[in-house]
Amino acid sequence: MSDSPQNPTPAASSDAAGPAAADVAAPVVADDPRRIEPVPGEWRRVSPKYLRYDLISMAIFSVVFIFAMALPWLLSGMDIWFLLLLPIGTFVVMALVLIFTPRRVRAIGYQLREDDLVLRRGILFQRFVAVPYGRMQLVDVTRGPIERSLGLSQLKLVTAAAASNVQIPGLTEADADALRDHLVELAETRRAGL
Amino acid sequence: MTDPREGASGESVEPVDAAAPAEPIASAEAAVPAEPVPDGELADDEWHRLHPATPLLRGGIALIAIIGFLIAQFRERAIDFVIANTSGRGGGRGPEDPLDWLLSSGLLPAVLGGAVLVIALVVVLFWLSWRMHTYRVTPELVEVRSGVLFRTHRKARLDRIQGINISRPVIARIFGAAKFEVQVAGDDANVKLDYLRSADADRLRLEVLQLASGAQAVKRAKAAGGARGEGGPAGAAAGGGGAAAATGVSGASTASAKLSGFVDDRVQEFLAPELDPNAAPPESVVEMHAGRLVGSTVVNDSTIWLLVLIAGSVVAVVLSGEPWILFTTIPLILAFGSFQIRKVTKFLRYTIASTEHGIRVGYGVLSTSNETIPPGRIHSISVNQPLLWRPFGWWHIRINRASRSGYGGNGDAQQQQNAVVLPVGSQDDALRVLELLLPGHDPAELRPVVESGFARDRGSSEYTVSPRRAAVLRWFSWRRNGFAMLGDAVLLRRGAIWRELVIVPFARMQSVSLSQGPLNRSLSLSVVNVHTVQGPISARLGALDVRDAEGLFRQLAVSGVAAAAGDLTHRWGASRVQESAAPAPSPELPGESATFVSQENSRDLPDGQREAPSDPEIAHSDPESRRDDPPADPPAAPRTPPAADPTALGPGDRA
Repeated sequence: MSDSPQNPTPAASSDAAGPAAADVAAPVVADDPRRIEPVPGEWRRVSPKYLRYDLISMAIFSVVFIFAMALPWLLSGMDIWFLLLLPIGTFVVMALVLIFTPRRVRAIGYQLREDDLVLRRGILFQRFVAVPYGRMQLVDVTRGPIERSLGLSQLKLVTAAAASNVQIPGLTEADADALRDHLVELAETRRAGL
Repeated sequence: MTDPREGASGESVEPVDAAAPAEPIASAEAAVPAEPVPDGELADDEWHRLHPATPLLRGGIALIAIIGFLIAQFRERAIDFVIANTSGRGGGRGPEDPLDWLLSSGLLPAVLGGAVLVIALVVVLFWLSWRMHTYRVTPELVEVRSGVLFRTHRKARLDRIQGINISRPVIARIFGAAKFEVQVAGDDANVKLDYLRSADADRLRLEVLQLASGAQAVKRAKAAGGARGEGGPAGAAAGGGGAAAATGVSGASTASAKLSGFVDDRVQEFLAPELDPNAAPPESVVEMHAGRLVGSTVVNDSTIWLLVLIAGSVVAVVLSGEPWILFTTIPLILAFGSFQIRKVTKFLRYTIASTEHGIRVGYGVLSTSNETIPPGRIHSISVNQPLLWRPFGWWHIRINRASRSGYGGNGDAQQQQNAVVLPVGSQDDALRVLELLLPGHDPAELRPVVESGFARDRGSSEYTVSPRRAAVLRWFSWRRNGFAMLGDAVLLRRGAIWRELVIVPFARMQSVSLSQGPLNRSLSLSVVNVHTVQGPISARLGALDVRDAEGLFRQLAVSGVAAAAGDLTHRWGASRVQESAAPAPSPELPGESATFVSQENSRDLPDGQREAPSDPEIAHSDPESRRDDPPADPPAAPRTPPAADPTALGPGDRA
């Protein structure tokens, strides 16, 4: 599977997309034969700053969520002890999520192959998507407030299929803009109908 | 009101290329106010108006109701009047009756005048709206302008057409009118022409499809170059046009002849299942048996639920001793029954046939509808069999398409109905329909793969199925759950109880994903999802062995790109005209399928060579027909896919 000759072109075709290339050792769990690993080659990783963004937004969400879970206990006058289990359970889950966040962020990778873009995400729930450039209907770059303060952007590809759902988070702003322009250019040269 | 229609149907249909001679009838009809001379060609860059009865048909039902009400009122009055006169009894109504009051107070002239004014205003408004509602077909676009105060102007590009639907509701049929809808991708993005003259609708469909197919453009280019394309769509149009002129009503000389001609036309239209004067009616490949249709409707999974519900309420009655509970189910049964009856009547005269410009599906008894789907507009196909149909061997075929909405309603029900291409049919019927939907396949190659896609199929040959350990997730279907390749499409076979076969042409695939959750990982399984446009079919295949799934993912990614690059179906006719002029390898195939490589080739060759056979095809296609691609594009054809992995290619290796 992975001993096949590598296609040399991704690096060449992707220099427009910026510096984040090549520093990737994407397979987080290296050699589990039960894992899916359909696309050999080097994965471009998202900016390391994205970890910070993910942690911050996850932390904010956790605080709000735990508080919401604690409401029944607070409203009950703090004397029904088993209502306390709710926020505690939530806290445990959130802590686990936070602990695994770095790994999850490291698992995000994308490859600009000659004809398509391949995105991988997730560790526990792994997902690979291959989108041919010609199928892109539009490319979105979005920035939220936290992302903006960190100088990050999220790039989203839209195809005619709603299920495609390709989002590359944590690109630096320059990277995202360059990648968007590059993708639009590629899509233009390979445009196909629906 | 219907005079201009007569003029139109009385004329011969001109072949698109020929100049229209000015016929005396046409000039006579031109006296009818504001009707641009119908000169036999509708797609001629000129603005045309809709059927004059359009306002009546669209909004006029209310008017008819009001008139009917008034007539009923006056009938009572008249009867009263007569009875009063003969038997000498009194009016019988109190002074509170408005009409009596009117008569007595002497305001009648004023009220009548007001009514006349209002009616005149309404008529003028209707007339204005009809006048302002125009359409135009150019070689590139279909355009509709409408609205009096708030103008709308909608344009659709012809090469983006997803289909053309002509429907004829009962009342419109009586008037000889039809709804014409050009379907383009997207929600509610269709261009609707309600209403056209029935014969015009068929003519316009042919012309629009001809323009959209690109054959015309290629032909014109050729004619300019001196080499005139022979045969082809225009030839058929000319022949069909002659036939139409022969069967059509000859010039209306007197009013009575006109009237009888009108009646004749209506009768003819009612008798013809699909009015299509411009081409010999295509022969349906499937014959719908009334018995089978009724049977399949009755013997259905939803019937089980109904029976369960009835049984439940009976039990409730017995237990509670309250018989009224039974009555609560009555509305439901009525609704269910009427839905089923509507379904039966709708599909009673179902036809499906291959035309020169794609597949035509027609149905309906009183209100008819028929839809033309050009090649390459079908994004995925699902052949499935409800459990109760198994003993009868019936199958049901649906498709995913890019255009949504339709007439009459919005929402899922309508979409579901539009998606049905075969309501019920035997395995043989299903195979024949699939051959239409997947053109360019050798039946000898197609049949075995599809047949084993239908079958129970243990220890299968063509299909790569789930491993035994997948039985944890696919209790009954793990032996059936699998995929196969068909040169230009992937087949996903699922389900043991509810059998289903999903076929996605590579050229219509939007993207492909491979995913795995913890449960799948523990079993070394994973899920492949082929993404197509939204619709009732999801092309997802779970519980595959990881290596198989990886191979499938890789191959789909590569084939999808290659197929999209070689896809010419947006101008499906252009390549055909090209081929009929120049000696081509596969003249009868539409562009799309001709560019694909057959299964045998693609399985054994390394990737670099696999795409090679498609090169000549792409190279000799007309640059105009690939207007989307810059001339520098042809390198797109033999792209070397990155993951060259012959071990994971497909079913062939697993035997």
